[in-house]
Amino acid sequence: MKTAIIVFPGTNREKDMAMALEKASGSAPSLIWHKETDIGSPDLIVLPGGFSYGDYLRCGAMAAHSPIMKEVIRHAERGTRILGVCNGFQMLIETHLLPGALLRNKTLKFICKHMHLRTETSDSEFTSKLGKGTVINVPVAHGDGNYFANDEILKELEAEDRVAFRYCNENGEPTAEANANGSVDHIAGILNKRRTILGMMPHPENATQDWQNNKTGMPLFESIVEALN
Amino acid sequence: MTNTAAKITEPVFNEPEITPALAAEHGINTEEYQLMLDICGRMPSFTELGIFSVMWSEHCSYKSSRLHLKKLPTDAPWVIQGPGENAGVIDIGDGQAAVFKMESHNHPSFIEPYQGAATGVGGIMRDVFTMGARPIANLNALRFGDPSHPKTRHLISGVVAGIGGYGNCMGVPTVGGEVNFHESYNGNILVNAMTVGIAQQDSIYYARGAGVDQPVVYVGSKTGRDGIHGATMASAVFDDEAEDTIATGRPTVQVGDPFTEKLLLEACLELMQEDAIISIQDMGAAGLTSSSVEIADKGGIGVELDLDKVPQREPNMSPYEIMLSESQERMLMTLKPGKEQLAEAIFKKWDLDFAVIGRTTDDKRLRLNMYGKTWCDIPVPPLVDEAPVYDRPRGDYPKAAPLNDADYPLPESNPLTALKTLIGCPDLASKRWIWEQYDHLVMGETVAAPGQADAALVKLPDSDKALAMTSDCTPRYCQANPFEGGKQVIAESYRNICATGAKPLAVTDNLNFANPERPDIMAQFVGCIEGMAEACNTLEYPVISGNVSLYNETNGQPILPTPTIGGVGLIDDWHKAMSIGFKAEGEMILLLGAPGAHLGQSLYLREVHGAETGDAPSVDLSIEGRTGVLVRTLIEHGLLTACHDISDGGLLCALADMALAGLCGAALEIDPENPAGFWFGEDQARYVLTTKDADAVREQAAQANIPVSVLGQTGGTTLQLADGQAISIEALRQISEDWLPAYMEGKS
Repeated sequence: MKTAIIVFPGTNREKDMAMALEKASGSAPSLIWHKETDIGSPDLIVLPGGFSYGDYLRCGAMAAHSPIMKEVIRHAERGTRILGVCNGFQMLIETHLLPGALLRNKTLKFICKHMHLRTETSDSEFTSKLGKGTVINVPVAHGDGNYFANDEILKELEAEDRVAFRYCNENGEPTAEANANGSVDHIAGILNKRRTILGMMPHPENATQDWQNNKTGMPLFESIVEALN
Repeated sequence: MTNTAAKITEPVFNEPEITPALAAEHGINTEEYQLMLDICGRMPSFTELGIFSVMWSEHCSYKSSRLHLKKLPTDAPWVIQGPGENAGVIDIGDGQAAVFKMESHNHPSFIEPYQGAATGVGGIMRDVFTMGARPIANLNALRFGDPSHPKTRHLISGVVAGIGGYGNCMGVPTVGGEVNFHESYNGNILVNAMTVGIAQQDSIYYARGAGVDQPVVYVGSKTGRDGIHGATMASAVFDDEAEDTIATGRPTVQVGDPFTEKLLLEACLELMQEDAIISIQDMGAAGLTSSSVEIADKGGIGVELDLDKVPQREPNMSPYEIMLSESQERMLMTLKPGKEQLAEAIFKKWDLDFAVIGRTTDDKRLRLNMYGKTWCDIPVPPLVDEAPVYDRPRGDYPKAAPLNDADYPLPESNPLTALKTLIGCPDLASKRWIWEQYDHLVMGETVAAPGQADAALVKLPDSDKALAMTSDCTPRYCQANPFEGGKQVIAESYRNICATGAKPLAVTDNLNFANPERPDIMAQFVGCIEGMAEACNTLEYPVISGNVSLYNETNGQPILPTPTIGGVGLIDDWHKAMSIGFKAEGEMILLLGAPGAHLGQSLYLREVHGAETGDAPSVDLSIEGRTGVLVRTLIEHGLLTACHDISDGGLLCALADMALAGLCGAALEIDPENPAGFWFGEDQARYVLTTKDADAVREQAAQANIPVSVLGQTGGTTLQLADGQAISIEALRQISEDWLPAYMEGKS
């Protein structure tokens, strides 16, 4: 499996992501600087977390209009798998590869803590090894992760089984307290119509190593590796 | 394209006439004024006056502290670079080095808490990556005024958001720190930020080493009119009027841009992979002035700059403004001749300004040209080596009156009543509300996050080694007894590192004191330094970098003496590292060290009896050292399951911390004769351990001649005393967790 992690000025979780993907796949992903125009022919493109362009204007907005993103969109149209985490999810929203919006956290503060996520569908190459209903415990680290979509979009996401993860408590119940950033319907991650793109705010890559709090993020990477190998 | 007609014409500057009064406004006293005239051999220009004023400011020259700082030990076989460079450097094996320093940003954070704290974090990270190190962890030590003071809530909110805003964007985890409250900080909070980085020992960069006829290069952000005279502000006593002038006048607090700093970090580290940089200095306090003077002085050379070439944010800036600006995210370096294009290409890749602004010379002078004429031409050495040094008078420090313990009995004769008060008091209550605003996990190497261990643990990439890091200070001890307080600061840092299993290697100090021109304050300062020096010597825990922040007083109210210490240690295998939480039911809980008795200056006295009295606990450094070695040996042999030092709040608070961190209760079986001292005394050199093999621990302790006693067993959902009284872990958790969020919402 060939993976390309796109690095923008201000990206800062590319190494965390590379570490997780290398552990799952056995090979090191390529880090692609945003000024490069050719990203080759990867099986998976990852838009990692960070503060691309300082989060100035709007999180992910500048990156969405950078030249390399045209290349990413071209790959997306061809069906190349894309994973966007945190700032990467914000970019996928800004490019309209995924619907909705990501607003300021309801607490109006940056939040870094472990949160429980319930896997809402096993019908994707990102979640097949997790299985529907499985609860994972991975950190969030964001100031603008409050997912919002109008009723029409929500109905569509629901009808098409495209909600990948919801914030929940340790027992898998989507309580208000568990939804720290205030996302609509507790949504933490969604898929595109073709189920080739996953965007999510939490960081599964930070729950993959022995020294990290837990390794419940690992099956997500193992799923995509298995699908693409 | 060349356009010779575009020669920059000189705007009209109304520069004032140089007088003793103008010099005084610049913080230069009569004696220093005369010295400056003698050095120049003529009346200095306005630009020159500005340069003298910042270089001779307390902040840059250490004129009140220098004599005493020499007393601190700075050497050990593993020290690569001690104080005097951008940061200190230690050997951590395998050709790697840890690079670290702590620095204050107190006055700016009081005036503008978000930007003040943010630029403090930015400045200290720059100090570390200037040396070729990639920052891997940030810590911060914060001291705020009384929670009931009208400004405190606003200051906490701004400072925490500022620290998070900068560190989170940089992608460097903020993994530890401390937060205290005391009314002495009402008008003068302390924001001390520490950064730890790692580098290869064979590619460490220094300010020293520049030679003659090398290009002087400016990189990073453009220079604006912000932060002019920040260093002078940091060297003066505060009053309400100053606060107002600063608020309405020119912005002396700089504005941070963490995005640019992230680019600067990556660009500098990329250039450092090439053989191009000879010397490098970040532009921190006193900006272009101190960076160019440092490079010149340390290289024994001169510098000639063409200020027209300095990238400028606004038109018509005067040489005075350019030299004194403290605009952030800038660096100065000298390059190997011929490497300019290579370096420029890297900075252009990262969309940063790059300009060759001058050359080094052989005449040891600082010469500044702009608009076709020379604005400054003064010798470099007097700005640094021959800067004034004062042996300020110090008074006799009053000895604390002896304490009568019987005056401070346990309320309701129940230790749990006092425990509830202590665990929910501002100093001890959970700081989750704060550290959840800091990204403490980015980079993916965090082993122990806030609250999990006595020191934060961050693993080195592709290695089992981890660095243990902590920041410590107990200002109330330093106030009661500067010498013992100074010893205790180092001892506690040492203990916190040992409690994780790591070997303490070196410290950085951030000495925050009030007005050194007051003999009582000078006595505090010298007492603390001498105590620290003794502890550093005995524990082989040298000081490798630091910062002095004086004049921390407002309207005549001095802060408590606060020599904050950032300690760093190394553990070879993170798997063996110890955390504080109880791990499983039925494990033996042991007290390592003597039973507690000392109530003077304890949190128990302050929070339960409202008394800030008595002497500080004394520190027996020999016992402290031997106990630390024993703890590390026990951990190395895998005999412990949890380990926590006993500090603020004494033994019972330590036990509560362990129960809360592990969400596991304990049954205690001791019924002490002197319960207040036993449960809440803050005697030093003590730890609480849990083990599955108490006999083996006893045996090793006996060999080391350190007392050990059984306190009880882990298990259950309550913390239960020998007489059967108990409190549930859930109730303790609520008390501990509720205070800060409720306070920030204005509910307490």
